[in-house]
Amino acid sequence: MSSTDTPAAAAAAAAAESLTAAGESATLLRFATAGSVDDGKSTLVGRLLHDSKSVLADQLEAVEHASRSRGQEAPDLALLTDGLRAEREQGITIDVAYRYFATPRRRFILADTPGHVQYTRNMVTGASTAELAVVLVDARNGVVEQTRRHAAVAALLRVPHVVLAVNKMDLVGYEESVFARIAGEFTAYAAALGVPEITAIPISALAGDNVVTPSATMDWYGGPTVLEHLETVPVTDDPSGDPVRFPVQYVIRPQTPEHPDYRGYAGQLASGVLRVGDPVTVLPSGRTSTVTAIDALGENVDAAWSPQSVTVLLDDDLDISRGDIIVTTATAPAVTQDVEATVCHLHDRPLAVGDRVLLKHTTRTVKAIVKDIPSRLALSEPDEHGGLARHPAPGELAANDIGRIVLRTSEPLALDAYADSRRTGSFLLIDPADGTTLTAGMAGDAFTESANGTARAADGAADDGWDF
Amino acid sequence: MTTTTEADGTAGPDGRTAPAASTDAAEGTDAAAGTEGTDTAGPGGSPYALSHLDALESEAVHIFREVAGEFERPVILFSGGKDSIVMLHLALKAFAPAAVPFSLLHVDTGHNFPEVLDFRDRTVAEHGLRLHVASVQEFIDAGKLRERPDGTRNPLQTVPLLDAIERNRFDAVFGGGRRDEEKARAKERVFSLRDEFGGWNPRRQRPELWQLYNGRHSPGEHVRVFPLSNWTELDVWQYIAREKIELPAIYYAHEREVFARNGMWLAPGEWGGPKDGERTETRRVRYRTVGDMSCTGAVDSGADTIEAVITEIAASRLTERGATRADDKLSEAAMEDRKREGYF
Repeated sequence: MSSTDTPAAAAAAAAAESLTAAGESATLLRFATAGSVDDGKSTLVGRLLHDSKSVLADQLEAVEHASRSRGQEAPDLALLTDGLRAEREQGITIDVAYRYFATPRRRFILADTPGHVQYTRNMVTGASTAELAVVLVDARNGVVEQTRRHAAVAALLRVPHVVLAVNKMDLVGYEESVFARIAGEFTAYAAALGVPEITAIPISALAGDNVVTPSATMDWYGGPTVLEHLETVPVTDDPSGDPVRFPVQYVIRPQTPEHPDYRGYAGQLASGVLRVGDPVTVLPSGRTSTVTAIDALGENVDAAWSPQSVTVLLDDDLDISRGDIIVTTATAPAVTQDVEATVCHLHDRPLAVGDRVLLKHTTRTVKAIVKDIPSRLALSEPDEHGGLARHPAPGELAANDIGRIVLRTSEPLALDAYADSRRTGSFLLIDPADGTTLTAGMAGDAFTESANGTARAADGAADDGWDF
Repeated sequence: MTTTTEADGTAGPDGRTAPAASTDAAEGTDAAAGTEGTDTAGPGGSPYALSHLDALESEAVHIFREVAGEFERPVILFSGGKDSIVMLHLALKAFAPAAVPFSLLHVDTGHNFPEVLDFRDRTVAEHGLRLHVASVQEFIDAGKLRERPDGTRNPLQTVPLLDAIERNRFDAVFGGGRRDEEKARAKERVFSLRDEFGGWNPRRQRPELWQLYNGRHSPGEHVRVFPLSNWTELDVWQYIAREKIELPAIYYAHEREVFARNGMWLAPGEWGGPKDGERTETRRVRYRTVGDMSCTGAVDSGADTIEAVITEIAASRLTERGATRADDKLSEAAMEDRKREGYF
């Protein structure tokens, strides 16, 4: 009945001590998992959760009970993450589930995304906020179409770190050559797409090799376990070199006797470091001013940086409202009403040329019209070289399609390239009639510069289907 | 289960003795709060790294301000429990030095802990807030709701809640629900569209990408907003400790008359008490969650300070709901089913 009288409590106390000690200053890593249906993703997620004290006794008991009542002998760890009735009934993951676990070094938010082709949009959802993606491959099958799709989505969404987990090594005799071949093929492919950092790890999620415990069998592997890598991968870039982008969310005007003239612009820094004294420009109007004070949730500070939520006070009484972006004058972006972007269409209702939509960019929502859909990735059909091809001028995009579109907006937007900023280069398209979220957009070129040329150069004519 | 020992073991000597993050604790937190300028190393070594609590706080504040910017009539569900107290604290910080631009709504089951109701009223008065109360008892008295045979009133909250939302035309309703609480809640969006019946349809949820929350809704529909989605029970407690937030005393160990039922310690009160074969005894207990007295259990505990509570939670082998909430044990999909009906 007590929460502390279980036999494991004493042993847990030591871990708890270091957990709480590290607790307040620990960093946060957001990561996503991707894998095809039977690659063992649930087993990997289950093991990570289980071995980091994130599966507690009552949850495990519930899973054991449910597994038994279905006639399964071993507890089915997938039942931990498949939280919806329909998911448990069908034994598949339909929607993204968010999981939380911690080690003494770091806190983790895991977006557990479905592997099924028809849920590509859910991997896009999970990857949009992830700093790391774990792509699972079955060692017996190697790199397959779905693996390439996951690599492409990670590249497209600019996930900074990708882990290739080559799973089921126990079923290929723990052979180094099998791992090396798959890791080599995947790394070449993902690097050509522009994935900046790839770490390949041979694992057996079922047997526990290299997930949290170093493998006793694969002594040829000298790298980190999955958990070690998750704990140590750097998550913070130095924002001081990035241009300042501060979308205004809300204007704070107390109009009280203590604060008769206070007029603060509340928002979350999307990028860069903003300092008191900085000359700033407000977009889209183009008016200029100077930062006189920064209020970091009740504390007066000299500087603030992404992703802090702060309130900014300016020297001049400008007309600034929600939807405006405050930028440092020296790094002001161009504003435009013509948007070219790569999009993932999310809704069952197709997106067609001529559609009138709403475009939500940071805190600003404007009207837009779809002027053109120049191409669509062919996710399932190989091109003449056996790679993945694109369809020119498809006319419309269906659910889960990834394609290029051209939009014209009713008002100018201060839109960065997604390659430069995930926050100010991303947008949503919304159905103006009922508010449905239709499409996720990434402004600018789809993949990095090198992706367009080097994939072809590296592989010759073999496999460059993402020429896009 | 000895998984914790394993996890600790794999963290290795670095993790146990002196994680880089741990030694930076004091400076890191200050730097992240912005008081130290940019030359102090934060957690993880970078001067610009935010601690996980600062990252969660910043995200929650962003969510509050998005709602303030896009909705006409938002309201904060406030029960006097720790999650709603943290939620209110974040809202106060988000709009300072101005007042919180939302009112509060409490769904009173009629079986609430008196200490919690007292705390609720003091908080409302202290911050000059407006409180709406939706009363389950009034609905029962008016014949609009019927008492359940098992006596629990938690599921009965849905009807008065939806009635209050409709009557006051609230278009955004903040809830303190966290995704770590329960497997159906793990599937919940930060902005969750509810239909005109208040229902949640998990298969028709809007995808939620980046920090672009879509609050569009048709007349009659409303949006539930969960600023603490990404917080865990431990995060909430660490934040309470850091911000020195006051809580109702029942969250800390105290002597209380309780009796055992369904594997939980329940406190007798106006809602009921021990039946045949059940016996009241005095125990040293505390509460991990605070809800309706008929289904919220106490745990044996000597944790009478916030530090002791944090240590106890970190070592606990049970989730807070598994330990102390009878209503979630009704079936495998109890929470999902209630959320479909309009529960928060």
